[in-house]
Amino acid sequence: MSRIIKINRLKNSGFQVLGIIGTLIGLVLLAIFIGDILMDGLTRIDWDFITSLPSRFPEKSGIFTAMMGSIWILLMTAIISFPIGIGAGIYLEEYATKSRLSKILEINISNLAGVPSIIYGLLGLEVFVRILHFGSSLLSGSLTLALLILPIIIVATRESIKAVPQSIRDASYALGASKWQTIQHQVIPASFGGIMTGVILALSRAVGEAAPLIVVGALAYVPFAPKTPMDDFSVMPIQIFNWISRPQHGFIENAAAAIIILLIITFGMNAIAIYLRSRWQKRISW
Amino acid sequence: MIRKKEFVIEKFLQLSAIITILTTIGIVLVLTIEAFKFFTEVSIIDFFTKTDWTPLFSKKQYGILPLLSGTLLTSFIAILIALPIGLVIAIYLSEYAPRRVRNFVKPALELLAAVPTVVYGFFALMVVTPFLQTIIPGMSGFNSLSAGFVMGIMIIPIVSSLSEDALNAVPMSLREASYGMGSTKLQTARRVVVPAASSGIVVSVILAISRAVGETMIVAIAAGQQPRLTINPLVPVETLTTYIVQVSLGDVAHNSVEYRTIFAAGITLFMFTFALNTVSHWLKNKYRERYE
Amino acid sequence: MISVMTNEENKVLNTNLLIPKTDPSKDKDYKIRTEHVDVFYKDFQALKNINLKIRPYTVTALIGPSGCGKSTYLRIFNRMNDYIEGFRLEGKVLVDDVDLYKDKVLLERLRKDVGMVFQKPNPFPKTVFENVAYGLKIQGVKDKHFIQERVEHALKQVVLWNEVKDDLKKNALALSGGQQQRLCIARTLAVEPNIILMDEPTSALDPLSTGKIEELIFELKNEYTILIVTHNMQQAGRVSDRTAFFYLGELVEEGLTKDIFLNPKKERTQNYITGRFG
Repeated sequence: MSRIIKINRLKNSGFQVLGIIGTLIGLVLLAIFIGDILMDGLTRIDWDFITSLPSRFPEKSGIFTAMMGSIWILLMTAIISFPIGIGAGIYLEEYATKSRLSKILEINISNLAGVPSIIYGLLGLEVFVRILHFGSSLLSGSLTLALLILPIIIVATRESIKAVPQSIRDASYALGASKWQTIQHQVIPASFGGIMTGVILALSRAVGEAAPLIVVGALAYVPFAPKTPMDDFSVMPIQIFNWISRPQHGFIENAAAAIIILLIITFGMNAIAIYLRSRWQKRISW
Repeated sequence: MIRKKEFVIEKFLQLSAIITILTTIGIVLVLTIEAFKFFTEVSIIDFFTKTDWTPLFSKKQYGILPLLSGTLLTSFIAILIALPIGLVIAIYLSEYAPRRVRNFVKPALELLAAVPTVVYGFFALMVVTPFLQTIIPGMSGFNSLSAGFVMGIMIIPIVSSLSEDALNAVPMSLREASYGMGSTKLQTARRVVVPAASSGIVVSVILAISRAVGETMIVAIAAGQQPRLTINPLVPVETLTTYIVQVSLGDVAHNSVEYRTIFAAGITLFMFTFALNTVSHWLKNKYRERYE
Repeated sequence: MISVMTNEENKVLNTNLLIPKTDPSKDKDYKIRTEHVDVFYKDFQALKNINLKIRPYTVTALIGPSGCGKSTYLRIFNRMNDYIEGFRLEGKVLVDDVDLYKDKVLLERLRKDVGMVFQKPNPFPKTVFENVAYGLKIQGVKDKHFIQERVEHALKQVVLWNEVKDDLKKNALALSGGQQQRLCIARTLAVEPNIILMDEPTSALDPLSTGKIEELIFELKNEYTILIVTHNMQQAGRVSDRTAFFYLGELVEEGLTKDIFLNPKKERTQNYITGRFG
């Protein structure tokens, strides 16, 4: 009997060790990967690399056009998706509760969240590029990405609004406020931290996307940084993809250097989101 | 006046919500219309039974099976990595780890999913493949093993996070009953908690598969661009997603059959992920009822 | 109701028991003794200097208002409080002269010998059979025939056998609440404990099922030492031999149940029994 207990305990401790290893393994691999990237690319990063246009020669190539493209895409995607995503979240949580439409919307949004990003690219290609004649422009790209991240923003908005207690709304109504006044002055301010967290996470996803933009027709080689929303563009992930596919070793260094910059951007956005979330959770505890 | 403003705002909010429905309708319409045009020129039977996919060559063949097999092979390898590791993490976090460890580890793991996939592609091609080639001589520079492996690392947080939620939803009273009979934590996890959370775990795995099936950049970079009907993980293959990228990067005339092949590949991919997501949705609702 | 086991079967489970079954002839000995027991949850003191002795083959009811420490006291005997963050115990908890918190006690073993029945029926989402066989299986018992006998015996002990014998493969969650709770008791009995802890075992049940469980407790005390936490005064009166009244972490009074109910020595006991505070 006590022998069996000892065996069981041994298995138990064994699993605990396995659990710790499993938890660490992904993070350790990521650390190895990033270490490797830093070794490949860190020496390549300098002011010239950031300000140069792409070139046939790896040592002359820079990330400038792709970075400007990414910034354009980021801003335009934010401007498009922000009001729509938050609006839809508010509608579902405050207006359409329990209606049949809300049921359909809910299932639909969870389905959209599972659609591969490249499919959004096909949608953008046909609707924005061809039918609406926006061409392979920043506008087509950011509209496509905005649709892609809408489900994330909507879900985050709903979660944050759900956390606002009914008593706050009741108090506002009791003072004679209308529905929208209550939402505008009570519900949105109270849930804003959570909403922003979701928006930033969604945008960090958009910055890293390459596949849907390739399908929409973003180019790997763009000689100049875009000036208007109707210009052709490239983004950093596409530039990286392009450099990885080149045989010369110099381009691999470029890719690694660009990855470092891209990771700083995405991890930075994630860090801001996590910081906002924790601050918001601390400040408001109902 | 206020009435009117309230009405306008409600309509705007409603429209925002309806855009999501329009998106779905748009996806379905675009895919079906283009695919329909495609199938007026290519036999749907050939599409699903022929084993060669060569639309960009002079001798054109439109058998989707090689692309489908490439997608399934890379996804299978990914799940082979992500399922055991993700499940172990989930059990460890929900049954063993002190709260402080859990609060730190969960966001750290989310980081794995936050890395842009093109970066993972770089890892697969530049780090994992060279390393594996030292162990497995004769392994090709592009292969599904490296791509699948790295994709598996990427989807670990999907399995671990959703599975942990499912494990946490198992009532404490069941654990107490098991501990009360002298079970170790492992016995309790294995015999009581995991079986009770099994449908939630299945949901997490299905969603992870769905994510792997739709993943593009990792496979486009590291798995190659050669449609091939094989289960050999050491040779180049092409997935549905890679093919769409390959065509998008090239010069294909709009309104040609070649152009429409990407929609045919797209609708195949869409149906696949849609089926997976629907099953997971259905399962989720089913197990939610059980404890509420 | 006496379990019949061959010597060979006995070997599978009952070699060198840490806590031997007390011989009825030594009835005057105490099965459980707690001496100067203090329990803390971080800074909060949940139990204050508890001294209590419990005789074998008796039913002791632990009563008192919510938060008085009676459940904490019950759970020190199978060390279920160990999982609560910040739990700390001082003093002696002796079962058959073994100090549960100082001596080298195998926790898994202790919990086989000290069974527990919980407030709400908590059968595992498995078949009826698997529920009762669970304890044996985690102890590594492989003999199918033996397990089968034990399951049947335990289900007969709780008078559930006739109701479920044709449905052993049915999911336990399909049983009624009262049946589930009897199943949970059978699950505990199947591993042959000698002490059974019951934490308000009938609070989630209807009066009819409650009656059945109470009858069962009365039967079981011939073979087991039972501690039962209850909110229900009548229940304490019906099933217990002795009653201990807890209030704000202290043991106010302990004695024969009929004395506690008819002539309590302390005023606080009197007030509680007569329902002046709850």
